[in-house]
Amino acid sequence: MKLLEYQAKQQFAKAGITIPAGRLARTAEEAEAAARELGRVAVKAQVPVGGRGKAGGIAVVDTPEQARAEAGRILAMDIKGYPVRSVWCETGLDVAHELYCGVTLDRDRRRMVLMLSGAGGMDIEQVAETRPEMIAKLWPDPFRGPQAYEIRQLAFTALRAVPALADRTGRLASALVPLVQTLYRLAVSLDAVTCEINPLVITASGDLVAADGKLEVDENAEYRHRDLAAELAVDALGDDGASGDDPFEVEAKRRGLTYVHLDGDVGCIGNGAGLVMNTLDLVKAAGGEPANFLDIGGGARADVVRNALDMVLSDPKVRGVFINIFGGITRGDEVARGIIQARDELGITKPLVVRMTGTREEEGRELLREAGIVPGVSAVDAARQIVELTRQGE
Amino acid sequence: MSILIDRSTRVVVQGITGREGSFHTEQMQAYGTNVVAGVVPGRGGATHLGVPVFDTVSDAVVATGADCAFIIVPPPFAADAIMEAAAASVPLAVCVTEGVPVHDMIRARAVIDASSTRLVGPNCPGLLTAGECKVGFIPNHVARPGKVGVVARSGTLTYEVIQGLSQAGHGQTTAVGIGGDPVLGLTFTDVLDLFREDDATRAVVMVGEIGGSDEEAAAELIAAGYPKPVVAFISGRTAPPGKRMGHAGAIISGNTGTAQSKIDALTAAGAVIGDTIEDVVRLVGERVGAPSGR
Repeated sequence: MKLLEYQAKQQFAKAGITIPAGRLARTAEEAEAAARELGRVAVKAQVPVGGRGKAGGIAVVDTPEQARAEAGRILAMDIKGYPVRSVWCETGLDVAHELYCGVTLDRDRRRMVLMLSGAGGMDIEQVAETRPEMIAKLWPDPFRGPQAYEIRQLAFTALRAVPALADRTGRLASALVPLVQTLYRLAVSLDAVTCEINPLVITASGDLVAADGKLEVDENAEYRHRDLAAELAVDALGDDGASGDDPFEVEAKRRGLTYVHLDGDVGCIGNGAGLVMNTLDLVKAAGGEPANFLDIGGGARADVVRNALDMVLSDPKVRGVFINIFGGITRGDEVARGIIQARDELGITKPLVVRMTGTREEEGRELLREAGIVPGVSAVDAARQIVELTRQGE
Repeated sequence: MSILIDRSTRVVVQGITGREGSFHTEQMQAYGTNVVAGVVPGRGGATHLGVPVFDTVSDAVVATGADCAFIIVPPPFAADAIMEAAAASVPLAVCVTEGVPVHDMIRARAVIDASSTRLVGPNCPGLLTAGECKVGFIPNHVARPGKVGVVARSGTLTYEVIQGLSQAGHGQTTAVGIGGDPVLGLTFTDVLDLFREDDATRAVVMVGEIGGSDEEAAAELIAAGYPKPVVAFISGRTAPPGKRMGHAGAIISGNTGTAQSKIDALTAAGAVIGDTIEDVVRLVGERVGAPSGR
């Protein structure tokens, strides 16, 4: 669950981190009104991807009329596939310096990592690659959280690398202690896998202000944040009721399926993430292009299989479907029943290739044979078969 | 010989009365696993599937001498169950629960690191020592005893490899499904270290996937001198960056975690790579010699 910039900022503000004054606008008129109230503002596209500035999704305007014109332009944009549904109109800051401050999952250390850098701003990822010494890191004890002395240490390490800040390093380090602790607590309380402020602006008057933010909540923990999820879902909806995400993936989520939309024309369904990934690899190795990743999970019943087939075939590009099943908890006969049901009820005429092995494989294969679907045993052969079938008539 | 579990392992099932807990306990019993106790808070004193149920893991350990905890509880309770097993000093905890919040696992992992307990999982199929004991839900009929060790991140691919090996006549010592979550217990390097010390294991099959750098860490361990042949398989070669492929850990972010980087690291370290499961089986055959009699 990725929050939009303004949603992240609202969370920061609620936690006690200073953000610039701003208003959300869904229309050019609302942006005009916001500019009338706030004065000179930046009009910023609200999309869940980076690089919107470079794409022209941010404009700094002096008058309400300009705000109206720019908001109109930005609201008509599509940034990396995400239609812009709202803009955040925000007062500018008198920037003295930009820092980076973030909390994210470090899977190698099996902990959250706190990162602080004196080189904040748009190019932080490049900094991380070319000058990693510019980013100071701390892996807090998950029960204690980061202690004041640890954050001071982190701050001094990060700030000493920036000569321009030499005259105020001590003051900044002290000011960063409560801010970093707040940010870390916010990350933990929201089950965030990423919670970052970039840039964290040091204003001319010496204040620390979160000028932009990124917040992503762990999907596994969404059950603890239903209120937030509901709030965000409402906000993410435009007039047509669709969010910015891939429409197929949105539909799959609604259906409760683990689905990733890809560019090809061979539909792929399997049980287990690793197996499905391998299925895509096999299709590609056989010369085909997978249309999707769909994991029906463990122990799927017939109705889940039917639902999965319906989902995959809703993509008009799909020319045939490869179903790869290795039954552990999943039973072959259940899957076979689902496939047959789907074919008959949905009137599927496109080719289906089923590879079935594992628990109740014989029963499953028998059902398929009776229904006129030839089950395969080897995944490699089945992949070749579906690619051949979907290439026919090209 | 084997690693982690064998016929003497005494298993306590946390969550034994649940629908999944009951089903898989019966499957384990059918395989020959010595299930000695169950734990369900508030159900202490009951008997379920022929074994006594206790309120706490510590009660179960004291009463039955359980030395392995099988954790099959819903996600909100999984981390707590892991910590309870660690607090009772159970030597091995196996958690199959899928969907455990990552912050919960970070805390549980910190507790595990400070304890004497080894953790397998979460979000894994568990492990199996062929013909002796299984903890988890690797299908009962696929494995057969032999001399190949298996360690895998993906559940279904664990079954694929075991079945492929068995059908070709190459039995297994122990197969360990370590799971696909970003924060977990035993990793490839831990299990490779265990197989190193197991005399019965003559070769190791390692099944990795995109995301993270655990395969690269395993490559470093192999490069430093590993006494047994390692045949590796990596799934997700064609996965696009930035798309999470089902497993919470299976995502390519930036340039790290791609299948190619893992294949390159493992190849350079001296492991051999199978492009398909069939290849893996053939490569194992070339290294362990003729199949053992069926």
